[in-house]
Amino acid sequence: MDMMVEIIDTREDLKKEFIQQRTILDQAIPGFGYQKREQAFAHFLKLGIPSTRVEEFKYTPLEPLFNKEYHRSYTFDPISFDKDLLFNCDVPNLETQVEFVVNSWYYHPEHRLQVLSNGIILGSLAEAAKQYPELFQKHYTKYANPASDGLIALNTAFAQDGFFLYLPKNTVMDQALQLINMMMSDRNLMTQQRNLIILEDNSEANLLVCEHTMSNHDFLSNSVTEVYAGKNARLHLTKMQNENNDSSQLAAVFIHQEADSQVSTNTISLHGGFIYNRFDVALQGRGAHNDTFGLYLTDRNQHISNRTLIDHAVPDATSNQTFKGVLDDDAHGSFTGKILVRKDAQRTAAYQSNNNILLTDRAKMNTKPMLEIFADDVKCSHGATIGQLDSDALFYLRSRGISQKEARLLLMYAFTYEVIAAIPVEGLRLRVEELVSKRLRGELSRCNDCTNGCR
Amino acid sequence: MLSIKDLHASIQGKEILRGLSLEVKAGEVHAIMGPNGSGKSTLASVLTGRDLFEVTHGEITFEGQDIGEWAPEDRARAGIFLGFQYPIEIPGVSMTNFMRTALNETRKAQNLEPLSSKEFLQRMREKKELVEIDSKLTNRSVNEGFSGGEKKRNEIFQMAMLEPKLAILDETDSGLDIDALRIVANGVNRLKTPENATIVITHYQRLLDYIIPDFVHVLYEGRIVMSAGKELALELEEKGYDWIKKQVDNPLITL
Ligand SMILES: Nc1ncnc2c1ncn2[C@@H]1O[C@H](COP(=O)(O)OP(=O)(O)OP(=O)(O)O)[C@@H](O)[C@H]1O
Ligand SMILES: [Mg+2]
Repeated sequence: MDMMVEIIDTREDLKKEFIQQRTILDQAIPGFGYQKREQAFAHFLKLGIPSTRVEEFKYTPLEPLFNKEYHRSYTFDPISFDKDLLFNCDVPNLETQVEFVVNSWYYHPEHRLQVLSNGIILGSLAEAAKQYPELFQKHYTKYANPASDGLIALNTAFAQDGFFLYLPKNTVMDQALQLINMMMSDRNLMTQQRNLIILEDNSEANLLVCEHTMSNHDFLSNSVTEVYAGKNARLHLTKMQNENNDSSQLAAVFIHQEADSQVSTNTISLHGGFIYNRFDVALQGRGAHNDTFGLYLTDRNQHISNRTLIDHAVPDATSNQTFKGVLDDDAHGSFTGKILVRKDAQRTAAYQSNNNILLTDRAKMNTKPMLEIFADDVKCSHGATIGQLDSDALFYLRSRGISQKEARLLLMYAFTYEVIAAIPVEGLRLRVEELVSKRLRGELSRCNDCTNGCR
Repeated sequence: MLSIKDLHASIQGKEILRGLSLEVKAGEVHAIMGPNGSGKSTLASVLTGRDLFEVTHGEITFEGQDIGEWAPEDRARAGIFLGFQYPIEIPGVSMTNFMRTALNETRKAQNLEPLSSKEFLQRMREKKELVEIDSKLTNRSVNEGFSGGEKKRNEIFQMAMLEPKLAILDETDSGLDIDALRIVANGVNRLKTPENATIVITHYQRLLDYIIPDFVHVLYEGRIVMSAGKELALELEEKGYDWIKKQVDNPLITL
């Protein structure tokens, strides 16, 4: 079958649904007008699901995912779930405020939106759009442009809810915020989650996002997160992806940084069938700094793609990207990382590295660093490696009585450590250390000990 | 303790060890000398189970057991230790974690309980003093950024921690300053008991002033071509290897 036909099928299918669900979608995020959605959907019809002929998706085959049958739910049905099942998302030694999003809907038994004493607002995106339309409209779709990409267009056309966080000027979240994104359903499910995180000038937050599947189905989540970091704002985001091997997660994060802001993200991909992570960072103010770190541990037939763009639009901003991966069995990975230094962005310092270890000769990795530099006074570097565990180091360890298995674990763990060490919140770092070490030992089941019968 | 009979080993089809035999008994110190490229490090690698080399013929027995097919870790756990000529840097693995894992894996194989944290740290402290190694080094990743001499001293520290029966020290003296040489040699001597044995591979007589060998062997072209007492080392220092080479290459010429 011709690939184009398949794409059109998906589009036709979604088009029917878009028209059918018009009223319900309009109610979900009102005050913005249906117009935004219609525009976005028009973009989607034009762009479709990106095929592997689009350069950034060359090694990220999305079509097969969209050709599966999924249920799409347009109303939140508050399925009962047992919070105790979430012990696996526990972070001992760290006080966190825990929030839930279930199948893309913000979930809290008592309220839709919470305003803390210092003015921090958090909760449902749809509710925030209703209660704070000005704030919402100031940022929504400003950083993730639906005209630029079929997945963003699709999300913007269909998104009904997600997580919203707002920090007023000079506020600090004293506890880390833990957001648990869960997928649970009695059938295959496609979702379009939309998150918006706004940090006004000089505010600070630590956010931990955990992605879990709680049941045994094929899930396809296509999420978009927009982040605004005002002047001198500081945000750290650690994301843990631990989903079943039939789930597909497409997660795009768009970050806008003003002067002297510092944003760091640390994405730990432990399990998941198909993962596509996109990080799009616009450094729009002098002195802004961004760290984008990622660690992926994959085996069996898993696929992981990480795609980055760090856009240095102004002078004197710095960035650092570090991605590391261990690929076992028949796993396939890709890294497409771009540094863009615009003409005026003098004195930029931008670094990128992607290092991989293949544990079998069937595992595959495609890594593609791209530098586009239009300024002349810049410091940039990128490096990528794909290799095996160092056999001299293995022998050295074994010659001291350490078993081959343990020696390999020590080396793999050492390899991953650079990414884990960059997590600034200690309790969180220790927890990630423990999970990664369990994962490397094969002691972490796909749904991490969840009793829900996940595959 | 160790018995090597007619050992042949090759790498990529090239034969390096060509019929090597050696007997080492408990309580003995053997020195192996020989020109560059003669196969000294290869012997050390083969004895400790490096699979880069293929043993094509011969027998290695350690304490009565044929260890020829054993994995490196099993040989280590049986009590064989190699002080590497070129110790490996392993960024991201801390010395402490490395030593704890090594000790406890060895103890596990011997059906012993792992050392408690307190016992382990106590042992670290003791052995650090013995080889006069700085805590600054043992708090770092394995050999990472260590100077040449620090790496060598770290080998002896590991030996002290693991208390092997047979230690093979491959040019542990090269790269050491005079003080360090004395400290390392002292460490080796203090760890000596009537139950263990040491093979020191060296190019210099100087080390043998501190570690007195019972036997000195000359390894040349993959064979031990001469064995004698400690006086041989002095003779080699003075005369070099040419006279031995000539004798081996041309056995009919009598000296
Ligand atoms: N990995 C290897 N691949 C190919 N040849 C090797 C390898 N290792 C050793 N050899 C060869 O085997 C021979 C013996 O090397 P070996 O390292 O055992 O010598 P050595 O006696 O320890 O020398 P030195 O005194 O310089 O340390 C040399 O010719 C060397 O080039
Ligand atoms: Mg050598």
